[in-house]
Amino acid sequence: MMETLNIILLMPEIFIAVMAMVFLIFGVFQGNRSTDALCRAAVFSFVIAAYIILQTNWDTQFALNNMLVVDSFSSIIKLIIIIGVIASLGLSVKYLHQERISRFEYPVLIMFAGVGMMLMVSANNMLALYMGLELQSLSLYVLAAFNRNSLKSGEAAAKYFILGALSSGMLLFGMSLIYGFVGSLDFMTIQNTLSSLEAIPPGLTVGMVFILAALVFKISAAPFHMWTPDVYQGAPTGITAFFAIAPKVAALALIIRLLYVPFVSIADQWMQVLYFVSIMSLLFGAFVGIAQSNIKRLFAYSSIGNMGYALIGLIAGTEAGVSSVIVFMLIYMIMTAGSFAVILCMRRDGIAVENISDLSGLSKNQPILAYIMAALMFSMSGIPPFAGFFGKLFVFNAAVDSGHYLLAIIGVLASVVAAFYYLRIIKIMFFDKPADLFDKEIDVEKRIVLFLSLFFIIGFIFRPLFVLSIAQNAASSLF
Amino acid sequence: MIVQAFAFYLFAGILLLSALMVVTARNPVHSVLFLILSFFNSAGLFVLLGAEFIAMIMVIVYVGAVAVLFLFVVMMLDISFTDLRKGAMNYVPLGVVIGSILLFELVAIYSYWQFSPSTENNLALPGGGFEGIGNAHAIGLVIYTKYVFAFQVAGLILFVAMIGAIVLTHRTRSGVRKQKIEEQQSRKASDVVEVKKITPGTGV
Repeated sequence: MMETLNIILLMPEIFIAVMAMVFLIFGVFQGNRSTDALCRAAVFSFVIAAYIILQTNWDTQFALNNMLVVDSFSSIIKLIIIIGVIASLGLSVKYLHQERISRFEYPVLIMFAGVGMMLMVSANNMLALYMGLELQSLSLYVLAAFNRNSLKSGEAAAKYFILGALSSGMLLFGMSLIYGFVGSLDFMTIQNTLSSLEAIPPGLTVGMVFILAALVFKISAAPFHMWTPDVYQGAPTGITAFFAIAPKVAALALIIRLLYVPFVSIADQWMQVLYFVSIMSLLFGAFVGIAQSNIKRLFAYSSIGNMGYALIGLIAGTEAGVSSVIVFMLIYMIMTAGSFAVILCMRRDGIAVENISDLSGLSKNQPILAYIMAALMFSMSGIPPFAGFFGKLFVFNAAVDSGHYLLAIIGVLASVVAAFYYLRIIKIMFFDKPADLFDKEIDVEKRIVLFLSLFFIIGFIFRPLFVLSIAQNAASSLF
Repeated sequence: MIVQAFAFYLFAGILLLSALMVVTARNPVHSVLFLILSFFNSAGLFVLLGAEFIAMIMVIVYVGAVAVLFLFVVMMLDISFTDLRKGAMNYVPLGVVIGSILLFELVAIYSYWQFSPSTENNLALPGGGFEGIGNAHAIGLVIYTKYVFAFQVAGLILFVAMIGAIVLTHRTRSGVRKQKIEEQQSRKASDVVEVKKITPGTGV
């Protein structure tokens, strides 16, 4: 029974988990004044973990009795997640001080959430999937409630927790149906069993739909998106940035692995579900976003819409589709990190302001910030020289190649509608009467995130094939 | 066989009735007590299934810890349960509709349930060698070996839950007078007692 422990493959996760525990002990002795140092140390540990991932062999290998798999897909997604976690840690260092919620548990919880996400991506067994997902979700629930003095933060956390628990219940119910049919939780065994079926029994489909519903909840795609605007708005902004950046990538990667490994032979079943989810998300994200006046809510709807695009690539059902989703998620993550860096700069007299109208006339007061935000918004709405255009282009390309014209057309139309609210931000910044000044001081970490994301979205056009080839390498390990 | 069937219907019947009482009882303390009764009965059902370990865990964890905690919360918190209940009846029709749809779907799934041709084969893969030993023994054989990953990550999840509970509830309150034994013992007369010369008739 002990044949394939292969624990060495889990080095990055084990390293981060151990460091998180060390930091917790350190924080208990040093108190909340150590938060800054611990945030930096956490960034450093994630960098080391990324280095370990880069050094390991990316051929498909199984660890811990086939519970986990390490392949180029999981390794590349883990690297993307690490970039996202580092960016959100950087964004929130100063923010925690400004909001007086600088507590040493913050980096520790982020690190555990990171471990959970990395385990999700590597899951090769329903049990491992559930454990990773819960580790991540539980850390996120606590983080949403991190600002105890804010009623909204508590409300957001309560909503998130109750709906999250409900979705976990659906996930487990779906898994139990799959287990009841197949007799195993292992992805490979499920794949082999399903591929030899002649007819698909209803119980199997129902189980698969339950699992998909729960996971679609985690990426906040449309019929299961109700929590997103409230949680985005209520949670402290630095933590909202984390919600928007990292967990989406992990959950989407989990969905990709689930659909293309165990459920690959019932693709025509899950495609119908995703078709519906994708169109719903596109429409909700585009149309409801127009009515928003709070910028955090706006980004919540923007993320709902963007998940719709990502799912289009999955429905294509090809290797090119999966790699386009990976590129899309990377670009989306980096654009979101940059946008949240700008949102976190929106402070007047030390108090955060969150209305879109507060940005008015930013180009007169802080031209550099305004131009960066304008570039990010152009990129978000998919206007050519910027990276966001390519993300959407690859996804639509994959959909058209596999014959899903209707989906591609709806996607393009939704992106035109969504362009309205992105461009409105630019209009408010450049052509409206200047509002009061924002606080000028922007800390180093935010500057770094801002300029790196700007560099990425402008520089992408020079090397699009380089990023695409990395994503293709990742996708190839699933097929 | 007859005894088993009788035991099943007894446990299942009391379980359903007490579950119904949990949601309908007026007094919240009664609700919790009915909850404990339903836990005991579901433990009985697990014993009938041959899962005696889960039955024992059910009694120890759910009855011993969870239900007692509920009881504490119900009795300590100053919540007016009648106010909470106000308006809850408005949701009954919707709840009944959703519940009956779910019930219908479950009946539909399970009455046409079929196993995949290789289910027995798949089930045999992980196990083997568990004949003639008890539940707890069998779990002990695999939990630290085959399922060590799930076991460890469950530990991490509990750890995060603990950190979360502390983050959300622990406050350092100022102005609380605590006994600081170190300070008390390291206090010297020379630090605090001041001798002043006072000339008679002038006062301090």
